[in-house]
Amino acid sequence: MIQLELAGENALILYLSAEISAQNLSQLQQLQYQIRSLLDEQLQELLPSYASLLIVLKAPHKGLLAIKTMLEQQLVLSAANTEPQGQQLTLPVYYHNAWDLDHVAQKAGLTTDQVIELHQSAEYRVYAIGFAPGFAYLGELDARLATARLKSPRAKVPKGAVAIADRQTAVYPAESPGGWNILGLCPTPLFEPDNAGTAKPLMPFVVGDKVRFQSISRDEFFALGGQLPQELC
Amino acid sequence: MSAFVVLKAGVVASLQDQGRFGSAHLGLTQGGPADYASYRIADLLLQNPTPSCQIEVAVGGFSLLALTDTVFCVTGGAMPLTVNGQPKSLWHTHRIKKDDVLELGFAKSGLRCYLAVAGGFKLPKDFGSNSTVLREKVGGIAGEALQQGQFLPAASVYRPLLWALPEKLWPDYSAPLELGLLPGYQQHWFDESQWQQLYSNDYQVSALYDRMGYRLQGEPLLYPPRALLSEGICYGAVQLPPDGLPIVLLNDRQTLGGYPKPGVVLARHAAALAQSQQGHQIRFYPVAPEQLEAEQRQQSRYWAELAMEFRSLV
Repeated sequence: MIQLELAGENALILYLSAEISAQNLSQLQQLQYQIRSLLDEQLQELLPSYASLLIVLKAPHKGLLAIKTMLEQQLVLSAANTEPQGQQLTLPVYYHNAWDLDHVAQKAGLTTDQVIELHQSAEYRVYAIGFAPGFAYLGELDARLATARLKSPRAKVPKGAVAIADRQTAVYPAESPGGWNILGLCPTPLFEPDNAGTAKPLMPFVVGDKVRFQSISRDEFFALGGQLPQELC
Repeated sequence: MSAFVVLKAGVVASLQDQGRFGSAHLGLTQGGPADYASYRIADLLLQNPTPSCQIEVAVGGFSLLALTDTVFCVTGGAMPLTVNGQPKSLWHTHRIKKDDVLELGFAKSGLRCYLAVAGGFKLPKDFGSNSTVLREKVGGIAGEALQQGQFLPAASVYRPLLWALPEKLWPDYSAPLELGLLPGYQQHWFDESQWQQLYSNDYQVSALYDRMGYRLQGEPLLYPPRALLSEGICYGAVQLPPDGLPIVLLNDRQTLGGYPKPGVVLARHAAALAQSQQGHQIRFYPVAPEQLEAEQRQQSRYWAELAMEFRSLV
């Protein structure tokens, strides 16, 4: 069921059922298409996440409440359980126990090899992009690997860190503070602002894409352009 | 082209235009002037036809050398302004000549100034905007705050008249702030007594305030914990983390977040909040959705009337 709430003087937020599901992803894709055609030039931002869609309008507009009513009347939620659209992508990972691999294994009662195997055997969907440029929330992680965030976040998570929190996984596109459990490093650049205005994409994925991880060796990591953070050199 | 050189970088001075829009889906935040009203008045006084790239000077201690003749103005927080050591008024446009030194002292009230020039500073844009977001390393010059020795090209535009905002219209940044709150987002998660508490609490700005957001302190507003999937956060949104102390999210907020939000502060009040510092008195009051249209009409009238109050100086 669609529910719309106010999210500011010029913004509405659309909610679906509060769950992480491919069904939500596919419905949000369809709703974005409908909203773009209904609001067109009046749209400033359209920001999807797991079960919501933030709709920011350019001011001045035809009145927020009028637009809310119009959307409530016009938007159609497809009942069909269609597969979300998305490209397939594989990200190489140099798994390493310098951070939280042992901690995750211990919590799960598994060996580190089993953790790596479980992490790379699943196919993940990009459910949302945010927190930082190019940061993709990927789900869902195998329940056996679900691990709470660190009690105290790290001041510095290295660029390319592949990490998990609860039933999510992600790659940090740049060095930043962060509280997720780090399993290894990905050498693939995930946010390339220099590509703006060129034919090359800024990010290798968009919301809806399917991502797999593949274990690589230290040599392969370097061959792919990976760089170890200073503390590991 | 006209141009300037940064003589003193000050505490934090950053290039800002109206903000970066249409890139939230990449994880890029809005940025832009933390006090939009002062930013806009600077452009109006300079007769800049479109929102220009200006310098947001936080706290103060900033200085520029002019390499060409042009017209500039400073609006916002009360930082003492001098040109070659001679005091000049804020909220006025001034002519400046080649080799003049323009200097801003430290804010006596308010927190941020907007230093704008006729036609605006002219630099390459990132994702359609010059707005600097330090955390993202985007905008400005290489995504950084301005640094001593940097060269700042600007437009070269002739302005035959100088303009001023009459002193009676200068904002008073020391007054306690009443923030209009439009209920939204998880508004139904809060019961009557929690709403009453939110509107009756006396809050102060805590030590944690920046362009991302202002964390308030006061009586904690506690509510039963409830999981929320991360969702898009709008400018002015009020987050209530489990400690019960509200955070008003501003220009450099992260695009997604998972703390419950009772509503969103009116944009003009969020801009006023950005001029406040630790200890500033804050209260919230409710704004009904039905009041929004009247609020927007009033804002349009305010801006239309403001420009008619400008005094021509030459």
